Amino acid sequence: MKDSIISIKDISKIYRVGEVETTALDKVSFEIKKGEYVAIMGPSGSGKSTLMHILGGLDQPTSGTYILDGQNVESMSGDQLADIRNRKIGFIFQAYNLLARTSSLKNVMLPMRYGDIPIEECRERALKYLKLVGLENRVNHLTNQLSGGQQQRVAIARALSMNPAMLLADEPTGNIASAQADEIMDIFAKLNKDGHTIVMITHEPDIASHAHRVITIKDGKLISDKITKRK
Amino acid sequence: MDHRELIGESIGTLLLNKMRTGLAMLGIVIGIGSVIALLSIGEASQKSITAQIQSLGANILTVSPGAERNGLVRGVSGGGTTLTYDDAMALSSDKTLTAIKTVLPIYNSRSQIVYSASNTNTQVYGITPEYLSARNIKVATGANFNQSDLNSITNVAIIGPTVLTSLWGDSAQDSDALGQNIRIGALNFTVIGVTETKGGGGGNNQDDLVYIPLSTAQKKLFGVKYLSSIIVETTGQDVMTQAMNQIGYTLLDRHHIKDVAKADFSIRNQQDMLNAVSSVTGTLTSLLSGVAAISLLVGGIGIMNIMLVTVTERTREIGLRKALGAKNRLIIIQFLMEAVMLTFIGGIIGILVGVIIAYIYAKSTSGLFIVSISAVFLAFFVSTIIGIVFGWYPAQKASRLQPIEALRYE
Repeated sequence: MKDSIISIKDISKIYRVGEVETTALDKVSFEIKKGEYVAIMGPSGSGKSTLMHILGGLDQPTSGTYILDGQNVESMSGDQLADIRNRKIGFIFQAYNLLARTSSLKNVMLPMRYGDIPIEECRERALKYLKLVGLENRVNHLTNQLSGGQQQRVAIARALSMNPAMLLADEPTGNIASAQADEIMDIFAKLNKDGHTIVMITHEPDIASHAHRVITIKDGKLISDKITKRK
Repeated sequence: MDHRELIGESIGTLLLNKMRTGLAMLGIVIGIGSVIALLSIGEASQKSITAQIQSLGANILTVSPGAERNGLVRGVSGGGTTLTYDDAMALSSDKTLTAIKTVLPIYNSRSQIVYSASNTNTQVYGITPEYLSARNIKVATGANFNQSDLNSITNVAIIGPTVLTSLWGDSAQDSDALGQNIRIGALNFTVIGVTETKGGGGGNNQDDLVYIPLSTAQKKLFGVKYLSSIIVETTGQDVMTQAMNQIGYTLLDRHHIKDVAKADFSIRNQQDMLNAVSSVTGTLTSLLSGVAAISLLVGGIGIMNIMLVTVTERTREIGLRKALGAKNRLIIIQFLMEAVMLTFIGGIIGILVGVIIAYIYAKSTSGLFIVSISAVFLAFFVSTIIGIVFGWYPAQKASRLQPIEALRYE
């Protein structure tokens, strides 16, 4: 337990619309250890997005416990969650979600500014991570001047900037041409090798095959949890 | 994040959509601009009217013939014939009237003034020698007449600088007129002095006057026995009421009138005239400011509208910012800052526009140009407050968005 980054136990999420109750997650439990590279798979409607939101501190479970890097998350307030998201989680979204018409550098600096890191250090760290993802020549480019793959790499640099406990990627290659998707997967592999914990939500088996462990969700239930590769 | 960074960011965001930013600001610019223009023009016109009234001299009471009908409607000044030179003499010679310093009987009327081929039509004032010094009118060139001129009813005249240029041309020197003969009405007069330029516009131009001895005006020129008015200078501003009483009772007694309500003259105070003018300009200014305030309100609603649109448009951005760790307070500050920047910059432009309008107005009416400093401060304050008030609801709305809902928003 000591080295687990994520520990969820009996997590359920029930949406209530009027009289109708929909169970999106039904008592899901698992642990993810530091340095793991995990893919969470499932068809659409399986509840994997809901799980991703809960893991990312964007939403709260209806019941169950969630310990992220030693902290109980399930009962935190909005601003406490914002702090957790800022310091513990590096988000990588399918649609990149960069600030439009803003430079790569500023985008990468944004979470660090919210984390009250001095501006000079923000700049240094942003440059370092942009270099890590191979965008040292695109530092001052505006996001709309970059290709999809490049935008996603800016997003990865942004996710790394606060040195989070885990990277949480939601269909990271969903909007990207396959050649560039491979680049993204290479970066993920390299980051994992350097010790970063990666949790990736996807419905594509060949993307999931890059991970070392695959958790499969269906109809809100965990149906399989397999180690697929040894490091 | 510090405030300087937020200000920079919000200005950057506003610049991304210049057209919309400009239109949103327009309401504030018009509102603030009209407040500044109106208050500045109001203050300037009040100052110039006050200066005009005060230039007539301090501690002055004006006794006019004709009854004070009911405080609002009064017989036309100079319309009555009830005041005489003897009334004025009675006021000045009675040593028991302690509040009275100088008594200036006047008969004035319009007349045609002719010098060789030039002529002009202006006010001719029949006065006593004390008049000019008591009213702060200086003879720039030449001399005032004296009591013996009055006694012997001589035909001498002191002219104002406007009369000089009317008769002798625009480049005339005072010395051109001295000793020359001009014709007033049917009589010839010798010019013995030219007064200093005093200014004053409209129907109250104190430079466009001719002064002659009162006796000459009454007996020779116009053939009347009465006065247009008696101006009384009191010994101080603290004795104005006392002076009004002393004048009133002396004249009532001389005119054998027992009932004050039936008095055949009226006494007016400079302060009364000032108060009347101030109250009129004050009412006008506050009325117009009210209209301007309504336009500011409309401008503020425009700001709120545009901020609500902005919040909706940027739902995904707000979701992202929250996902990356922005706390609610920071989202509120960000959107409030944008609204305040809109109104604050709008306010600055409005102040400039208002000042320019006030300047153009002053130039075109050759009046005073005053920038109402209190109005400028008020405008800064009000425009900022409008930003906070009308930006508050949209900012709250932005901060309450749930990050997942916002991220999903298309």
